[in-house]
Amino acid sequence: MVPVIIFVLSSLITLGAAVAVVTNRNILHSAFYLILAFVGVASIYVMLEAPFIAVVQVLVYIGAIAILIVFAIMLTRRLMSKDLVQVNAQWGWALFGAVGSFVVLGWIAYSVQWPVSVQTVPADSITLIGEELLSTYVIPFEIASVLLLAALVGAIIIGRERE
Amino acid sequence: MADLIVLIENWIEKILLGWGANQELTLFILQTLGSVLVVIICFVIVIALIWVERKLAGRIQDRFGPNRAGPYGIFQSFADIIKIFTKEYITPEGASKGLFNIAPVLAMASVLAIWAVFPFAMNVIGADIHVGVLYIVAVGAFGILAILMAGWSSNNRYALLGASRSVAMLISYEIPMVVSLLVPVLLAHSMKLSVIVEAQYPWFIFSAPLATLIFVISSMAEIGKAPFDLLEAESELVAGYHTEYSGMKFGMFYVAEFLHQFTVGALITIFFLGGWTGPLAVRWPILGVVYFYGKSFFVYLVISWIRLSLPRIRIDEMLNLNWKFLIPVSFINLVAVAIADRVLIELDLDRWIYVVVMFGINILILVTALMIAGKNQKAVVREEFPPRPVAVPPGTKAK
Repeated sequence: MVPVIIFVLSSLITLGAAVAVVTNRNILHSAFYLILAFVGVASIYVMLEAPFIAVVQVLVYIGAIAILIVFAIMLTRRLMSKDLVQVNAQWGWALFGAVGSFVVLGWIAYSVQWPVSVQTVPADSITLIGEELLSTYVIPFEIASVLLLAALVGAIIIGRERE
Repeated sequence: MADLIVLIENWIEKILLGWGANQELTLFILQTLGSVLVVIICFVIVIALIWVERKLAGRIQDRFGPNRAGPYGIFQSFADIIKIFTKEYITPEGASKGLFNIAPVLAMASVLAIWAVFPFAMNVIGADIHVGVLYIVAVGAFGILAILMAGWSSNNRYALLGASRSVAMLISYEIPMVVSLLVPVLLAHSMKLSVIVEAQYPWFIFSAPLATLIFVISSMAEIGKAPFDLLEAESELVAGYHTEYSGMKFGMFYVAEFLHQFTVGALITIFFLGGWTGPLAVRWPILGVVYFYGKSFFVYLVISWIRLSLPRIRIDEMLNLNWKFLIPVSFINLVAVAIADRVLIELDLDRWIYVVVMFGINILILVTALMIAGKNQKAVVREEFPPRPVAVPPGTKAK
């Protein structure tokens, strides 16, 4: 009973915050509602017994991405004026795309027979993840590392002052 | 007597089950009681710490400190609490009300949430999760968010400047902090805090002194007090992000700051000073709690001592220290410790040889880094300006 209540609450928080993100007129408030949505998603991960994913969700999305978004908005003053128009000429196409992808995703979620593992969730999943990443999946792991390094170097080159 | 806390826990559990509560509800009540107890202890400690800190600051700066309310002024904090509760809550004109009021609560919560995973004694552990270290790092992000919220929602230029300055600092000092936290994780082969504590034989401060040093410096920056208090530099920014706060809302920021410093003491205790371990702590786990709080308090005093003796550093010095010294050194240290740990375990030497070699490697890295940093430091050329008279008599031309 208790897990169901917590699941419903965190889903409501996630969805409500997500709606608030797109309807709010103040873009900084939208950013903070986005953070609330991330917290809701993280709590759902906790309920799915995936503590590592949950903590990484908080660490990466809230600790890095959300703070970057908020910081970027704070540095641009015009984005926060109250008479900002929320839609532009392409809102029809955007609506079409959004509804279309929602329908497709919902159809997939309903029609696919999701495989369910009979195994219990291992208590120490993080050790298993670490070992798998550095043995079975070492090449994708390394490629991702190189990609991130390239992104870092690229950011420094773009951000550097021209001499 | 063997284990007081577990004894009390079992006693309450028996009473609740006797009243007809089911297992799930009993567990819920016990966990709620435990977390409320931890929070209350935190607040009581903060009340004491504020007095200790003010007295210590007074002595170091050659004055008395609080000395009016009660003997040695020990009731000063209570007088302050009563005063701060009765103050008016002011929300400035044009402030974003919701965010303005949530920010102090979030600042407080982000510090308190860290306490949820601490191992207080051998069998008194909060949530003993496998991702404990990551959890501590992740929860810290909410503190940064609280500062951003407070700074932006105040509708005050100084608050906004203070907030953006503090975020630049907190984000950049998080890197060496996290990298140096990886060293105890690596040595203990786990992210679980209880395993890290039990793996410390001897304490990690001996086998990883450089990581300890980097962690102390970067977490002092995370606290945001002197010498890293340029986020509330009163000569430049009034009071930084909490300029507009008054009454209990300011009080929450203030308490969160003190509690954060004590929390850093507790973190250093857990990761580098052996947590609850100590003589007889395995036999009488209640002693572990005493050791844990005692060590944390000791680290707290050392941090206070450091920060009361140092002047505030400039913003460019602050960034240079981090990006040009702490981050490279902490990465080199991490790689070196990883290799050395592996090699020494393969060689299967005595424990004391292992510790001595690790200590030597750490000191070697530190000395080399300091030498390179000293060699590359440019000689500081102070520009001399001609004296400028403040008041110029009328009719004369100012130079």
